[in-house]
Amino acid sequence: MRVLTAVIAIAFGLLVLAGYFIPALHEWQTLLLNWAMILAAAAAIVGVFNLISVHGEKIRQREKGNLYSALLIISLVSTFLFGLVQYLTQGAVRVLLDDLMSTLVNGIIFPAEAMLMGLLTVTLLYTAIRLLRRRANLMSIVFLITAALILLGTATLPFGDMPVFSGLRTFITQTLAVGGARGILIGVALGTLTTGLRVLLATDRPYGGK
Amino acid sequence: MTELIILAVVAALLLTLTLWKRKSPKQLRAIPAFTRLYSAMGLSVEDGTRLHISLGHGSLLTPRGGSALAALAMLRHLAERTSSSDRPPVASSGDPVLSLLTQDTLKEGYIAAGAEELFVPTTGRLTGMSPFGFAAGTMPVVRDENVSANIMVGSFGPESALIADAAERGNVITIGASDDLTAQSILFAAGQDALIGEELYASGAYLGAGAVHPASLTVQDILRWVIILVLFGGAFAKLAGVI
Repeated sequence: MRVLTAVIAIAFGLLVLAGYFIPALHEWQTLLLNWAMILAAAAAIVGVFNLISVHGEKIRQREKGNLYSALLIISLVSTFLFGLVQYLTQGAVRVLLDDLMSTLVNGIIFPAEAMLMGLLTVTLLYTAIRLLRRRANLMSIVFLITAALILLGTATLPFGDMPVFSGLRTFITQTLAVGGARGILIGVALGTLTTGLRVLLATDRPYGGK
Repeated sequence: MTELIILAVVAALLLTLTLWKRKSPKQLRAIPAFTRLYSAMGLSVEDGTRLHISLGHGSLLTPRGGSALAALAMLRHLAERTSSSDRPPVASSGDPVLSLLTQDTLKEGYIAAGAEELFVPTTGRLTGMSPFGFAAGTMPVVRDENVSANIMVGSFGPESALIADAAERGNVITIGASDDLTAQSILFAAGQDALIGEELYASGAYLGAGAVHPASLTVQDILRWVIILVLFGGAFAKLAGVI
């Protein structure tokens, strides 16, 4: 069975790769990628069941935070039922349910994500302050000084812009940072290339293999 | 056609070096993050705490899939080495396909350790499907589930700061690696140790995952030198007015 999965994975992987270079195989490549997307959608359904299973277990075991788990499952089931009824109805009821669903998304999901984004700003500032306490070395000092210089060069200061900081910011972001970022991205690209090849050559098998 | 030739050369190099590395002992430079990871693994088994391995939200259908595959290779070996612990490792991800592979990889780790009966499917979790949803779902795992080390390897964005902060508040050490530049800088500042750039893809070699992993590091080094020579050659040619 394992040999069969490896053979199927390698064959399909090579076919998709070949589709980029051989125009005759492009149609096959598109077809396989469409299948992959359908399978990914099916995986999302499995993922929802995984979520229910994890949080159901938390409630059953009365673990810490089980109230939130209960809230999550109630919200998930009620939103699903709400969406189902919305799909099955027509006319004025459908319009009303559409409005209610938009309110649910705009009133809960978007504000919650925006709140996390706001929290992220404070978290990043707090993290920068704690950096020297955790790791007081040259790299941390350079990191913090660079961040401070960029902030000073970007922020609107009460006494007007200081050309020194804006000049420094331009030099750091467009010369030093771009050079460093390109170096890192080349490394990441090489790593991705060899990782992909390992999977294609079946020496790494993230699909029920070794 | 050039790309195809490069791919074929790299694949041939990888296979040749894998055969060669099987016979020669591996020599790797010390990376502090991996040293800390080793001690975190030992500590989690000894003091009955667990490792939390977060694989990010990189979909395998996008170029971000490379980091997800590297993270799965790391998870496989961490699962094998810590599966006999009182508290098994827990893995989280923010992509449904990656979540399925996470469960499968965890199970393979248990099988390799001869402890298949200890595998609990709910230790591989999908914690959210949007970046912030994933972070919000992962934070309680780090905080409430007796975790001693939070290992974040894969594709993350700025939301990684929230997970690292939750770890910091719970006195949990964080070791992070991402293919995203923003997340790399955040994990450098927020974690105890961070893997920068291609170090993310070296985890298999450092965890003893087989000859192909050190071989792929050597291939990366060779390609890096080729790129450096091409860059310098191009610069000199431009200076000399050849191009």
